[in-house]
Amino acid sequence: MSVATSSAGNAKAFTTATVTTGAGNFPVSLYIATVVVAFFLIAAIAPKLLQTHDPLELDLMSSLKGPSLTHWLGTDQSGRDLYSRIVAGTGQSLSIGLGATALSLAIALMLGVTAALSSGWIDNVLSRFFDALLALPTLFLALLFVSLLGTSVSTLIVAVGLGTSPGYARMVRVQVLRVKATGYVEAAKALGHSPRGILFKHVLPNAISPLATMFTLGVGQAIIWASGLSFLGLGVAPPSSEWGALLNAGRNYVIYAWWLEVMPGIAIAAFALSVTVIGEYVQQRFEGRIELP
Amino acid sequence: MNVTFPAASFQEDATPPPTSNPLLTVQNLNVAFGPAHSRRAVVKNVSFTVEKGRCVAIVGESGSGKSVTARTLVGLTGACSHVQADRLTFQGKNIDRLSDKEWRALRGKHIGFVLQDALVSLDPLRPIGKEIGEALLVHRAIRRGADLAERVVELLKLVGVPEPEVKARQLPHELSGGQRQRALIATAIALDPALLIADEPTTALDVTIQAQILDLLSETRERKKAMILISHNLAVVSQMADEIIVMRDGEIVEHGSSEQIFGDPRHDYTRGLLKAIPSVRSRGSRLSSSRAARFVSAEGDEGTALIQSDIAHCGRPLLEAERLVKRFRGPDGKLRTVVNDVSFSLGYGETLGIVGESGSGKTTLARMALALEVPDGGEVTLEGRQWSSATEKERRHRRSDISVIYQDPLSSFDPRWTIERVIDDALTRRREDPRDRASRQSEVSELLDLVGLSPSLKTRRTLELSGGQRQRVAIARAIAPHPKIIVCDEPVAALDVSIQAQIVDLLGDLKSQLRVSYLFISHDLGVVHHLSDRVLVMNHGEAVEAGRADDVFLRPRQPYTRKLVAAVPQLRFQAA
Repeated sequence: MSVATSSAGNAKAFTTATVTTGAGNFPVSLYIATVVVAFFLIAAIAPKLLQTHDPLELDLMSSLKGPSLTHWLGTDQSGRDLYSRIVAGTGQSLSIGLGATALSLAIALMLGVTAALSSGWIDNVLSRFFDALLALPTLFLALLFVSLLGTSVSTLIVAVGLGTSPGYARMVRVQVLRVKATGYVEAAKALGHSPRGILFKHVLPNAISPLATMFTLGVGQAIIWASGLSFLGLGVAPPSSEWGALLNAGRNYVIYAWWLEVMPGIAIAAFALSVTVIGEYVQQRFEGRIELP
Repeated sequence: MNVTFPAASFQEDATPPPTSNPLLTVQNLNVAFGPAHSRRAVVKNVSFTVEKGRCVAIVGESGSGKSVTARTLVGLTGACSHVQADRLTFQGKNIDRLSDKEWRALRGKHIGFVLQDALVSLDPLRPIGKEIGEALLVHRAIRRGADLAERVVELLKLVGVPEPEVKARQLPHELSGGQRQRALIATAIALDPALLIADEPTTALDVTIQAQILDLLSETRERKKAMILISHNLAVVSQMADEIIVMRDGEIVEHGSSEQIFGDPRHDYTRGLLKAIPSVRSRGSRLSSSRAARFVSAEGDEGTALIQSDIAHCGRPLLEAERLVKRFRGPDGKLRTVVNDVSFSLGYGETLGIVGESGSGKTTLARMALALEVPDGGEVTLEGRQWSSATEKERRHRRSDISVIYQDPLSSFDPRWTIERVIDDALTRRREDPRDRASRQSEVSELLDLVGLSPSLKTRRTLELSGGQRQRVAIARAIAPHPKIIVCDEPVAALDVSIQAQIVDLLGDLKSQLRVSYLFISHDLGVVHHLSDRVLVMNHGEAVEAGRADDVFLRPRQPYTRKLVAAVPQLRFQAA
């Protein structure tokens, strides 16, 4: 998973930078990220609060108008307000992001922990299985599931969740193996603790805490995957305003109305980026073990 | 007093009198790290000079600024550092404001630098011959070709690497630790620099290899070259140095000739350092000035301690290992015998020291005693009952009888846990009555107090503690289940000498108060001799010699033991 490795690298640089300037310093990027995520969360829960127009209201007189004071982000070919449509689509996009990542991690935890704890042939079979799935591009896996299950929000969640799970599963397995080999697990064994107790007290918590970060990083990534599928026409169908669907719909007018592509794109990027920034901060707290004042 | 005069290094006549024109002058050196608003001074007002043909040693504990001082002299303090000095001259030239290029011209050619850990200092993918050749090529001392190869082999021969032609083509990991350190010294002396700086050159090495490297370094000195030797090991320093600088918290505490520092130390800190070295002389006495540990017993515990002292005399050994064999499959698929036919027994309240060089099978033996490793042959019995051959389920409830202290305590603590949780987790009472939180909490406080830690540290995580504090937590955890045996695997190897002294004293106090038996593993003969009743000497997986500590160390019978004992650097001057 190129996604995870690159983000881990970023996180490291981030951590060291903040440690030297003092643990109490909240970087500005974190404030911005929090505001962005808060905005989208409100949009997801109560879109009416933020909408300026009815997202489905047609107004052919003002079709394909650029950003203005009445239509902040412009209008589409049917004169619908793009800003309100993005707000309306937030719920779907976010539930796809959160749902797919949660599903993906749940599968990964189950298979990864099983593989790591069962030495011998089960581990071998599962590991080769992860490797085989990893050899296929995530989008290909997702496409496979969409073509099997048809197009809908829940299908997207399942498709993206299953498609991204092998990479996570392999990481879970490695984390559990790492913790299993640590001195504190051996020390617990030497104290006479049972394998069950050691699993729940040491192995799982220490193997999972790096995954907490991966969850936040994964949410942004899952939205991008889902948007990709929608863009290809395999996601949520119009008139839904899921972000990927918006991109797909705007495709034909991109020459006259750039905002139809750029604005939903910014929404996706802003949310994914903000969640990643927060994710890195969480990682810094958990793994860098910085005590906050 | 046991005063030794190694002929090779003690040459009063060879050292020239101080001249008015020293090779290196350092005056009021200050080094600080960090950005302007949170700058931390690491070296404060350090001044000294190094004359031609003299060896100046800088000693001090970790964090004393000794390595930073040395690195300043080769311009390697790194980014974010601020170096300031009234005078910093080498061979009469100013070296405090050199460009990177000027430093490169100076390093290697005029000032050689030997680092502590040869494995990380050598490029893992480059044959060592090439590494040494590089030093020559960079300064255009020699041209590529047959001459170069010849010179490299010559250098390797000079530093005593066997089969230099073969070794020159090998990669660092294919060489032993001692050979790597020799190769590193070869790169440092390749251009015959006027000054050689050696930063802890023998710290990572076994005593026999250490003795060889020290001999090699003193040869360099005999060629009238100056040397700055940095070490925390006072005995090593006493054999080599003409002058000694004792540093603490970035400042020079005491500066004088070796005779004066070792014979008549003026500063309390220096005296403390000297006293902290465990050896045959220190047996039965305390090494540190810390208070003796007090045994605050929880209700019902007095009984256990007394009973143990009674059965101490009943003769049956507490732990007995019989003809233990352990084999491991190496990376090449071949079976290697790591422990071969080793037997020992440990009585109640007794300390059995196990000494040997790295790779001699000490740790594997300890792990078999702890039943964390199952022997391929032989058996371990605990209190006369099956131990190594019992199932893990049968062993589990008896594991509280035998606990362990590791060399690296940090890795043996769950990083998420607070100190309180670490110790609480080890209390046997926890399993008997998990609801009795209050009494467990007070027991944790008592244990912390017993090992000399403030109970206010309870809520801290182990990562926030110093090395010595961590080892104290590890000891508290080890004694929490009221074990009969504590296996100590190199418990003080990673600690500074004065912290080591405190931990060794603590272990000694606990032994007399709790009546535990120790299986004490160390490569440091001084520490083992200080603490042990009996000693087992191991070499290549076999027990070479066993017996009472005094017999083994003072009157060794086996040639290997004699070699080991002879290799231990002795303090050259000893205060009466």
